[in-house]
Amino acid sequence: MTFDASGGADAPPELVQLLTPEGERVEHPVYDIDLTPEEVRGLYRDLVLVRRVDMEAVALQRQGELGLWASLLGQEAAQIGSGRALTDADMAFPTYREHGVAWCRGVDPVNLLGLFRGVNHGGWDPAEHNFHLYTIVIGSQTLHAVGYAMGIQRDGADAASIVYFGDGATSQGDVNESFIWASVFNAPVVFFCQNNQWAISEPLEKQSRIPLYQRASGFGFPGVRVDGNDVFACLAVTRQALKNAREGQGPMLIEAFTYRMGAHTTSDDPTRYRVAGELEAWKLKDPIERVKAYLFKNQFADQDFFDAIDAEAVDLGRDMRKRCLEMPDPHPLEIFEHVYAEPHALLAEEREQYAAYLASFEGSER
Amino acid sequence: MLREFKLPDVGEGLTEAEIVKWHVAAGDKVEINQTIVEIETAKAVVELPCPFEGVVSALMAAEGETVDVGNPIIAVEDGEGGSGAAGGAATGAPAVSGPGVPAAPAAGGPVPRSAALADDLVPTPPAGGGGTPARQPVLVGYGVKPGATARRPRKTTAPSSPAVPAQPSPVGPTAQVQARPSAASQAPTQAAPVARPAAPARVAVLAKPPVRKLARDLGVDLTTVTGTGPSGSITRDDVHAVAGAVAPAGAAVPAPAGYAVPAGAEREERIPVKGVRKATAAAMVASAFTAPHVTEWLQVDVTATMDAVRRLRELPDFAEVKVSPLLLVAKALLTAVRRYPMVNSSWTGEEIVVKRYVNLGIAAATPRGLIVPNVKEAQALSLPELARALGELTEKARTGRCTPADLTGGTITVTNVGVFGVDAGTPILNPGESAILAFGQVRDLPWVVDGQIVPRKVTTLALSFDHRVVDGELGSYVLRDVGAMLQDPLRMLAWS
Repeated sequence: MTFDASGGADAPPELVQLLTPEGERVEHPVYDIDLTPEEVRGLYRDLVLVRRVDMEAVALQRQGELGLWASLLGQEAAQIGSGRALTDADMAFPTYREHGVAWCRGVDPVNLLGLFRGVNHGGWDPAEHNFHLYTIVIGSQTLHAVGYAMGIQRDGADAASIVYFGDGATSQGDVNESFIWASVFNAPVVFFCQNNQWAISEPLEKQSRIPLYQRASGFGFPGVRVDGNDVFACLAVTRQALKNAREGQGPMLIEAFTYRMGAHTTSDDPTRYRVAGELEAWKLKDPIERVKAYLFKNQFADQDFFDAIDAEAVDLGRDMRKRCLEMPDPHPLEIFEHVYAEPHALLAEEREQYAAYLASFEGSER
Repeated sequence: MLREFKLPDVGEGLTEAEIVKWHVAAGDKVEINQTIVEIETAKAVVELPCPFEGVVSALMAAEGETVDVGNPIIAVEDGEGGSGAAGGAATGAPAVSGPGVPAAPAAGGPVPRSAALADDLVPTPPAGGGGTPARQPVLVGYGVKPGATARRPRKTTAPSSPAVPAQPSPVGPTAQVQARPSAASQAPTQAAPVARPAAPARVAVLAKPPVRKLARDLGVDLTTVTGTGPSGSITRDDVHAVAGAVAPAGAAVPAPAGYAVPAGAEREERIPVKGVRKATAAAMVASAFTAPHVTEWLQVDVTATMDAVRRLRELPDFAEVKVSPLLLVAKALLTAVRRYPMVNSSWTGEEIVVKRYVNLGIAAATPRGLIVPNVKEAQALSLPELARALGELTEKARTGRCTPADLTGGTITVTNVGVFGVDAGTPILNPGESAILAFGQVRDLPWVVDGQIVPRKVTTLALSFDHRVVDGELGSYVLRDVGAMLQDPLRMLAWS
């Protein structure tokens, strides 16, 4: 197996694609994949359901039920493709936008909402799902993932770690430092960069003068650019990268070339800094439509199948909404429970002071 | 039961939003997540999806109204009987009825809301301290405006444990007599601070830098002020209290005899600066005091242009669109930009960005104030396309439907001051642009043609440019060429 990491600034970027936007299956000399119709239908279901999860969360934010939400619209294939490449033993480190990866790791979608509703700090047990809590700080999770990978290395475990970050994060010191550590220690980690073209309002050309995947060669490991809207390609490339990592071949950078169809977060207005034509062009590369076209053309699925998935999505959204609204507010003193693992004298004192303060109001229960 | 949708904070820390457009009316059936309204916040125009299913009972805020976050904007009857559920919003809902939009709750008395509905950041005090107000989840907004909420009442029997000191009241030196048992603080238990005669013994003054500056500005000697803040530090209120005592009621300067206030009439009207006016003021100040403006003037005989406008109107290509002199002025400016691209550029400090596209700004007077939407990629438009784009943009501006995208990204601007019946003015550059062309009224003036004085259609053009980017020579060429094209529109053909 060879990797085209050399690239060079002058070589045109090579994009790994296995399924065209029109739903045509194409071959790639290095990365290929053999998927049964059943598996493709499964991927399609994942894509549709996470889009629905995302849509419902955006609506809940607009209704004042969530303080904030970072939409994954347009990036479903990058997340589902890479997420489905993981084994149970692999460990994933997300940003705050990896709702699709969370889905693949078996995290209940409603548990993603707690953080954004302000009722908890995460909502799932990272050890149970091998899916770390959302990281809000840009890029810091790359260091965590490399550290975790070095732990795997020392344990001699048959696993790898994968870390998600965006194009903007590649300008962060943490990310570059993690590249260096991963490289020199040959850590079993896959750097999965979703290049959605916009770091909030900053375009990619303000982050890099070369295609991002070519950065890897400077650090001494392979990099590859994959069509981030092609779930087959994302699955194939990530699966191979993880396998290489587990087998001791060290890290790899995957640049999933995609597009953020929505706002950076619900607090952002992308119409102020990007033109509508760009959005229209990317609409034609929709990650779900091409899988649907592929299934239809090859008669791997009929209308009943698509209708059933759509109905399942509606139910999922409804259920999520109901359980979101039912989430209990935490007791104000609960914040003190999650600072240290063990009792702490100063914290106990502060807790008592705060409890007394709360009790000083009329009608308080304590 | 009747359910109310309260205006959420859709953008992290926003306190209000304007209702731009309702997509539903009273009596309409709505579904969950159906778009019901567009609102405009300080950050964006946002569509709000409906959180309920049912029939719209009433719209509780009119289009154009600015609503505080947390106030109800729509009531939906969800057809599910019962009460007490959904945060107790069932019975206490205000009886808003009829298809009309009720008056704004802002101006008159607030829409009466039951205590159960007032689930703002803190519950309202129960009368007489009887019941326990139910804590309700609050997810709309971070801060609630002063006055919008009531402070939770403290228990009258102060707890013996060291409580957190009460926040100093933001207004006035009201008595802050929260007994604080902290041994460190030196006797902050006296009532309102008063100006004391000089106390030379107090040498070390505890005050934060902004407070010190305030004291300096107000001429207050901090050593004469008794601090009521933590550890006896001096607060802004303390300084204000002393300053107020020194110069009591500074505003009460007797008015000159000739200006007797007519009883019952306001002598001055105070208009809050907000929205478009605020944005305009900021942009104009930023532009006028950063870009060195130069303005040049030119009077032009536009008789031929007026003829051309008339003839264009008769062409079938222009049957559907409005042809005005402004169209040809815009086209002339676009043609001039093609000849002198430098005038269509932007000064960034380190470099001059010359735009290879023209987003042509059109200054428009609207009911909301002056706005400058722009025609994107105007250089690529044919004349009928340009006419159509101008017409659409003006219509959008007039009806207040311009999106943020319409209003940003302009590269050069035309302002048609002639419609107000004046000859020209000194236009101020739209920030980020290097030139703006003012187009005055067209009127009959005596003009010398071939040695004879004849009545002609004459207008005045004024071109302001940023002298950091555009020198007098270039600016003069541009203005001269625009004038030449309007004098003889055939030149537009020659030069485009």
